[in-house]
Amino acid sequence: MTDGRVPAGVSDGLLVWPLSMPLTPVDTLETASAEREYVWTLNFGPQHPATHTTLRLVLTLDGEKVLNAVPYIGYLHSGFEKLGEHLDFNQYVTIVDRMNYLSPLANEIAWHHTVEKLLGIELTPRCKYLRTILAELMRMHDHLLNLGTTALDLGGFTAFLYFFQQREHIYDIVELASGQRFHTSYTRVGGVLFDVNTDWINRVRKFIREFPKVYDEVDRLLTKNRIFVDRTKGIGYLSREEVINFSAVGPVARASGVERDLRRDEPYLAYADLDFDVICSRGGDCYARYLVRMQELLESLKIIEQAVENIPGGPVNIGVESDMVLPSKPSVYRSIEGLIQHFEVIMPNRGYDVPREQIYAATESPNGELGFYIVGNAETRAYRARTRPPSLIHFSMFPHMIRNHQLSDVVAVLGSINIIAAELDR
Amino acid sequence: MVCLTELQQKFGSQIVESHFRDNRRIDVPASTLLPLLTSLKTDYGFSMLVDLTAVDWLEYDGATDRFSVIYLLLNMDSGERLAVRVPVNLPEAVLPSVYGLWRGADWMEREVWDMFGISFSGHPDLRRILMPEEFDAFPLRKDYPLKGRGERHNFPVITRSGS
Repeated sequence: MTDGRVPAGVSDGLLVWPLSMPLTPVDTLETASAEREYVWTLNFGPQHPATHTTLRLVLTLDGEKVLNAVPYIGYLHSGFEKLGEHLDFNQYVTIVDRMNYLSPLANEIAWHHTVEKLLGIELTPRCKYLRTILAELMRMHDHLLNLGTTALDLGGFTAFLYFFQQREHIYDIVELASGQRFHTSYTRVGGVLFDVNTDWINRVRKFIREFPKVYDEVDRLLTKNRIFVDRTKGIGYLSREEVINFSAVGPVARASGVERDLRRDEPYLAYADLDFDVICSRGGDCYARYLVRMQELLESLKIIEQAVENIPGGPVNIGVESDMVLPSKPSVYRSIEGLIQHFEVIMPNRGYDVPREQIYAATESPNGELGFYIVGNAETRAYRARTRPPSLIHFSMFPHMIRNHQLSDVVAVLGSINIIAAELDR
Repeated sequence: MVCLTELQQKFGSQIVESHFRDNRRIDVPASTLLPLLTSLKTDYGFSMLVDLTAVDWLEYDGATDRFSVIYLLLNMDSGERLAVRVPVNLPEAVLPSVYGLWRGADWMEREVWDMFGISFSGHPDLRRILMPEEFDAFPLRKDYPLKGRGERHNFPVITRSGS
């Protein structure tokens, strides 16, 4: 392996099968360094504790310096977009759940946000607030895991445990609302599966009260920690122009000075009524991305607090006269109209009017702009359901970010861009 | 806001505009795609390529073209969005690559190639991205069945004793 590349096909007389992809580097190395005899190749993943998911990197190293990194993805590809063409708008929500599985509800909200825009549905105020609370809880959920595991990969085990305990509280809140801890499948066209009750509201209030204490502890553990700062500051730098050119969004872009947040710039749900700040940094490195995510936790908490205290009453779903939502159970069992409507909504080949149109709509998911491009074809399933996955776009920057860094920085950079392989591969 | 008549003067009258909800789309022929996108980026400030995707129209009633490729653009200063749609047809499904304009197009174009078999001339590294390299179909095309064509069942399995 003196030329710095993995041999293709055969090694030691054993057929290497399946050699899924030929190992051609994305960016050609400078010939000077590629010809050096001491350049060697390291296979990082597909199973590695620091990738947290299934992805593979082929690193070309000069000692411990990374000359080049070639990502190979697709290990978790399961044809989600193809399935989206065969499942109806409500069924597909169980699939979008499994994209970014750290914040499943954020995906569901993004999916139904696009579907409802295609259908022209205006949600009820209560549903808007409820979805806002859930979306922000999911943002915290995602950031808590990301910050915790980044600290874990860089040697800070305690912060990881503190944050994971808080994630358990969010799981409990979500379970109380939807009956599921993880893949909730909670949203529906025109509303949600069940309304929440005062117990749930009190549970959220309790979480809001207790979270800042843990946050302060982790903040003290990490933010000025010498080892943590040394391992993240100046690592994986991205300038504002690079970030825009690479199509990056969300905390990654905001950490490089891009002032863009869909919650503020294209308000959806109840965000227009709520007061919050868009967190930005000019640092552009892993430490800046850490700081942005930490601050966003507090902003999310602020949003949840306002939304929970101001959540309007009234129905959570749009009216049954829209023909798009299921009628209540008593009316299904006791009236012929309710039964007919249930049948019309549930049965294939029935359903409601879907415009033969194309639409793109996006929400600010924890990782950035999560959008769907849906083509409607007069049936209650999408003709094409394209996901715009932030993970895919962020991971394509990785070779650029890691070049000329040390091997140990790989985990810092991977952690800071928060790659979720299920969303990456879909 | 990009003025449509201005674009039509520069790039011909085949450019058609349409609206749906808050989405604004322009349909352009493939021949003027690259100059148009270059102009949109440099003159009109569409600095970000939000997404690049394709649609297969095979089973869509009344469709005249086989594929559309859709470029979703965003002006980072004004927040204006614009979708540019371009028709693509077999057998030569080729479009110019926009890798030179937006580096973010790199993996998006690879994904469209992988899933639809639309290739992008000028892309430096157009390989399959999600499917394995030996895979010989394009799974998001409408003539590819949901269950696949038996790839999984015919996959060679290496047992411990047989290796």
